Amino acid sequence: MQDHPTVAQLLDAVRRYLEEEIVPNTDGRRQFLARVSANTLQIVLRELEAEEEHLEREWAGLERLLGPMARPATRAELRAALRARNEELCRRIRAGEADGGEWSRRVWEHVRTVVRDKISVTNPGFLAPASP
Amino acid sequence: MRAEEVEARLPEALARVLGASPVAVTNVRQMTGGAVHETWAVDVTTQDVGRPAGAQRLVLRVFVATAPGGMSAEHEFSVLRAAFDAGVPAPRPVALLGSADMGAPSFLMERVDGETIGRRLVKDALYAAVRPRVADQLGRIAAAIHGVPLSAELRAFLSAPPEGASGAEWELRRIEGIYRDVTRDPHPAFELALRWLRERLVPSGPHTLVHGDYRVGNVVYGPEGVRAVLDWEGAHIGDPMEDLGWVCVRSWRFGGGLPVGGVGKREELFAAYEAAGGAPVDPRRVRWWEVFGNLRWGIITLGLAAPFLRGHTHDVEPAAIGRRAVETEWELLELMEAG
Repeated sequence: MQDHPTVAQLLDAVRRYLEEEIVPNTDGRRQFLARVSANTLQIVLRELEAEEEHLEREWAGLERLLGPMARPATRAELRAALRARNEELCRRIRAGEADGGEWSRRVWEHVRTVVRDKISVTNPGFLAPASP
Repeated sequence: MRAEEVEARLPEALARVLGASPVAVTNVRQMTGGAVHETWAVDVTTQDVGRPAGAQRLVLRVFVATAPGGMSAEHEFSVLRAAFDAGVPAPRPVALLGSADMGAPSFLMERVDGETIGRRLVKDALYAAVRPRVADQLGRIAAAIHGVPLSAELRAFLSAPPEGASGAEWELRRIEGIYRDVTRDPHPAFELALRWLRERLVPSGPHTLVHGDYRVGNVVYGPEGVRAVLDWEGAHIGDPMEDLGWVCVRSWRFGGGLPVGGVGKREELFAAYEAAGGAPVDPRRVRWWEVFGNLRWGIITLGLAAPFLRGHTHDVEPAAIGRRAVETEWELLELMEAG
């Protein structure tokens, strides 16, 4: 186990440097890319914080839709298994199984939950209601 | 291409195509740079006997590479000319140059001064007076674009739905093909959108010229309003409602609260479109195209991230854009559930 600072603390220090020192002292394309870089670190920070909870929620949701499955032991295996289960879900949507009915309703609810989790990491500001 | 190279090669090419000499080319600066096209701002001074010397402020577009399925310099120049001649506010096309002139196919058009950045339209005080009029202007201009006569020359190269297919059916098939090709991850939300769109395919009215990337961000505007429509490389023949749906896609609202460019209402867009001679607007058809537009933009973001994921570039911009597809997933779910 590593000493302090934590990964999050280290990344946040780099993010602050980009935002407070580089962005105000550059212009044009370099400034734009510095801003994108700082924002990217913010995504990573939010993902570090939320990933475990989000992966668990997605796994549980897919089990309810596709049936139970032994929970992989490591996070890397969990990601691989989630990919496989999402591919199965996509195949069933393509086959028309989510066009209507009770299972379809549950699919929409699940997809909405997962997309909400993803966007709360990548761009939480986007979750504000869109215009009518 | 470097600025010095543009400065060195352009005068001779211009002297030939404009029939004026000598020619001074000054103030060369790159406006945007991409793997496919380079856009340069140049000032050109002609000094012909018997004609007053005048400086022309031009834009040089150099087609460094041809994107798969992309439009050539010659064809984009033709579309621009057809639009300009039909009275669409667009940069006046000046001259088409050959590959030998600038080392790659290129053309010159007039430079229209003004702002293109969408966020400034939504937020800057300078544009407060024009914001309430933008939807109206965009509606009128869309009607003008869709009224551009489809000459035999244009028909010869513009992509069009095959005989008997609607624009919606054709575009949906195309975008699904691109999606299957480009995606690295399963996207249940995109699969739901593909099903939704297929079940609700809308018939086309008469096919017209479609701009294909008609939105705030691709227009030049000033404090008095929209001055010119840019970026004609996506032009094709199809359902004109496609442009009306695309202009409402959330990604082109730049944080503004209203659907048309963040600053205008759909109803204003539609009323102006009809008043300026556009076909009657069925809001449900436009809605289909808005859903399609969000899916299309989501798939484009996957495509923009692909060079990074394939290791062709290590730039942070294409890396970051890979995480933007989910924004369109969210918007798609919102739109589809609203019906």
